[in-house]
Amino acid sequence: MITVCRIEDLPPGESIRVTDGVPAPVAVFHTEDGEVYAIDDTCTHQDASLADGWLEGCFVECPLHTAFFDLRTGRPTCPPAKYAVRTHQVSVENGQVLLRIGVAEPA
Amino acid sequence: MRSITVIGASLAGLYAARALRTQGFDGRLVIVGDEHHQPYDRPPLSKDFLTGACDQGQLALTDADDTAELYAEWYLGTRATGLDTGSGTVLLDGDRSLDTDAVVIATGAAPRHLPGQVPADPAETGVHTLRTLDDAQALRDDLARGPARVVVIGGGFIGAEVASSCAVLGHDVTVVEAAPLPLVPQLGEEMAQVCAGLHADHGVTLVTGTGVAGLQGGATEGRVTGVQLGDGRLLPADVVVVGIGVRPNTSWLEGSGLPLEDGVVCDAGCVTALPNVVAVGDVARLDGRRAEHWTSATEQATVAARNLLAGSTVAAHQSLPYFWSDQYGVRIQFAGRRLPTDTPRIVEGSVDDRSFLACYEREGQTTAVFAVNRPRPFMRQRRELMRATQPVTA
Repeated sequence: MITVCRIEDLPPGESIRVTDGVPAPVAVFHTEDGEVYAIDDTCTHQDASLADGWLEGCFVECPLHTAFFDLRTGRPTCPPAKYAVRTHQVSVENGQVLLRIGVAEPA
Repeated sequence: MRSITVIGASLAGLYAARALRTQGFDGRLVIVGDEHHQPYDRPPLSKDFLTGACDQGQLALTDADDTAELYAEWYLGTRATGLDTGSGTVLLDGDRSLDTDAVVIATGAAPRHLPGQVPADPAETGVHTLRTLDDAQALRDDLARGPARVVVIGGGFIGAEVASSCAVLGHDVTVVEAAPLPLVPQLGEEMAQVCAGLHADHGVTLVTGTGVAGLQGGATEGRVTGVQLGDGRLLPADVVVVGIGVRPNTSWLEGSGLPLEDGVVCDAGCVTALPNVVAVGDVARLDGRRAEHWTSATEQATVAARNLLAGSTVAAHQSLPYFWSDQYGVRIQFAGRRLPTDTPRIVEGSVDDRSFLACYEREGQTTAVFAVNRPRPFMRQRRELMRATQPVTA
């Protein structure tokens, strides 16, 4: 389990990229609705960081192209991305954002 | 409308075909492409594909499910040679033809050659252009023969990306640009200067203010040995890449009656002089402007499909030009429409760190945004600009 940051440091609408202690970079998002999600950071279409993307509801738009990923499932909603990114468990406990890296294949 | 033929099987053509199906067209859909390959993504050709960081399979824009869903007839390796709008016939090479009720023109653009240069097999001459997968493969093969003196003619984005990839591969690279500074029309002098600085940062020589008088070797005389500059200098070269822009592929439409002027002339909704013929992507000149951007091609496809199926222009392409370039490990992004008089202001980061966001301003209003290694704030600014752009209604 990885302590990402304090929840105050990740206000709604913001995201953070986690690179330490993970096999591949993970993007953690705090949506405007107050939910926290974690997915693989690298867009499956081309090399772009989803933590740099545009957060809209529980979707993130890849900063390079126009692919949207559903933060709940990791699935792209439209081309050009064809493959899902992996989702990871994330929770807020005692004010800390905690990340558990899943090994499951993309949904 | 029972049949639609899409001419061009690259990004714009594929997206148009998809959009037609998504928007409910269930008739006969034919896709004609002059390359033998299934649709693939071109931006990586000058970058990761050239360095070997990615391979052909990773460029695919479709997979088997996708292709099945599209339910189209594919004519790959087939060139359209003419369009008879009166009878609704698309002429193909090999004396073949297709009858169709409507046409999507998505034939893209082809690289310009040096004046007087007759295109020849790059494997024999060492003189390359870069547009297609086959072009990129030929260049990749040539670069794999060992350390080479590479001269890139043209300092635009393609030229800069190729130079960057060649430098990564350990070649000795020189970029030749006819203008005093590359990319000034796109970025203005101040930001163009920043991009020019990237070459020097990575040991690539940038020669500016001189055109190319000719090549030594490189045609019927066998492999290229040098590039003769307009100012008399001779640059020794083992490999030459010509990146001096493209021209839209419209010659097959001459005699069709469709207005052509640096592209297929369309209204803001991608509709040509005929309501059953639309044009998308690099070949389309919308409302007097032709874009050569990845994002425009995908956006236009949706609009074009809608108007084609409606039988008239009911939607316009609400465009905010956007493009990006990856070179020397730096991500460059630009969005908006700037006039030469708009002045850039660095709003965060610094030029020296090669990480900053600049907004171009006109009378206190932001007209465009430019970022070097600042994707996140760039996206915010781009979004704000998109919101500020008034929807165009036809």
